[in-house]
Amino acid sequence: MSDRLLTRRALLRAGMTAASASLLGGCKVLDGLSAPDNTIRRFMERANDLTMAMQRGVLNRDALATEYSAADIRQPQRPNGVTNPQDDAYLALKSTDFADYRLEVGGMVHQPLSLSLAQMRTMPVRRQITRHDCVEGWSCIADWTGVPLAYVLSVAGVRSEARYVLFHCFDTIERSLSGTVRYYETIDLVDARHPQTILAWGMNGAALPVPNGAPLRVRVERQLGYKMAKYIRAIELVDDFSAVGRGRGGYWEDRGYEWYAGI
Amino acid sequence: MDMPDSPGPLVRRHTCITRITHWTWAACLFFLLLSGLQIFNAHPVLYWGDQSGFEFDNAVLRIGAEDDRRFVVLFGMRARGFGVLGTSDGAARAFPQWATIPSGVDLATGRVIHFFFAWVFVATLLIWLAGALVAGRLRRDLLMRREHWAGLRSDLAAHLRFRCRHSARYGPLQRLSYGLVLFVLFPLMVLTGLAMSPGANAALPWLPEVLGGRQSARTLHFMVAAALTGFFIVHVAMVLLAGPLNEMRAILTGWYRADVGEVDDV
Repeated sequence: MSDRLLTRRALLRAGMTAASASLLGGCKVLDGLSAPDNTIRRFMERANDLTMAMQRGVLNRDALATEYSAADIRQPQRPNGVTNPQDDAYLALKSTDFADYRLEVGGMVHQPLSLSLAQMRTMPVRRQITRHDCVEGWSCIADWTGVPLAYVLSVAGVRSEARYVLFHCFDTIERSLSGTVRYYETIDLVDARHPQTILAWGMNGAALPVPNGAPLRVRVERQLGYKMAKYIRAIELVDDFSAVGRGRGGYWEDRGYEWYAGI
Repeated sequence: MDMPDSPGPLVRRHTCITRITHWTWAACLFFLLLSGLQIFNAHPVLYWGDQSGFEFDNAVLRIGAEDDRRFVVLFGMRARGFGVLGTSDGAARAFPQWATIPSGVDLATGRVIHFFFAWVFVATLLIWLAGALVAGRLRRDLLMRREHWAGLRSDLAAHLRFRCRHSARYGPLQRLSYGLVLFVLFPLMVLTGLAMSPGANAALPWLPEVLGGRQSARTLHFMVAAALTGFFIVHVAMVLLAGPLNEMRAILTGWYRADVGEVDDV
């Protein structure tokens, strides 16, 4: 019996020593992958192109995200990122309950627009109860009301060379020595014209609250939360986003996250 | 077991595809597990259902620290954080630095690594399955026949007493455990992973539904990862007990030294 115990103990000890040694060695060595220009990282990032190609090419690219029932709304929508912008332009608009707010639609369009909230509320309405998935891992179900982005784009008339919708936001998300960084995001026209992609001005039956992006945010229901820009100031149709920010198509993308966030 | 006084014949135990896929999976398991723990750390709570309960409680597992005191809550039972969970170098984090890739807090890089190896893992699974089907190895090596079910009990009892006398052909416990890993745990890992993807969810809404919701799928993904880690530990222990030199030669070169008289039709 005693030799058994010894065997088992020795085995455990040897195993744990080997495992922890390899892990310690392994992990520190791999920290180089955090650098954005690391060659191996750049190679690994291309797996995301495969994910996007599969989701767009093999799966149904027009599929609708699951919509839930009112009974599934069990809590307020959890806000994340910036929840109370302190930018002067934003605070001025907020002080009058966004009565003077105008959404500017420009860039590669035939007819630039400047839309008030009242005007957008007279446009076609879509209401959907959907699940918001954060890149951190959590999910939350809420009821969203807004105008389909496809409708706004059709009014503005997208020029044929446009490929992406660029969202300019009011909120400063980062202050550093090199200046302030405001949130921005891009989506392509496939997602922009998806029927569930809406410019939401309402949430859970009321006006969109400030922590969730008042007065206007976008819902991109088949991607993660960071794609769904809040506090939208302007929409710009572009054919390329390499000159915006650090050139990766969004605030979080510039910090290492994938541009296509369908996974 | 190597017995110098009775050297049995060397037999071909593993095909080339089996050996290559085996080591690719070993690498995948390492990177997927450690980058997976990095991703888990971004929100170290597991729930059951479609969504995460912030205003209600559907948490299954919660790891964290409050006022410098570590805690783990499993199914509502709260325990003081033990060992390495809860904090690392004074900072609150679920799994410590040595258990995550990268070692620091870096969700973005963890995701890049995780999805790259997820694709490698799936491709390897498809290559192995095709190879095994073509060579007809599944029936020969993994199928549980009547005699294997009958011998399972005594095989298990022998392994629990650390008597691991493996032969050229897989025994009942080997067939059952390898079969479970390859046909249950591996596919479950892929399916629970896909069920967390909002893009895949839209096209395949039945997937999160049969798994109990997106957050349930995340919980199951974690549980299957734990099961695979347990398999890995037992697997390595069995190799050590069954004669590591012969076992390693077999999985590296394909050649396995069988016992005298054991081999007739290999």
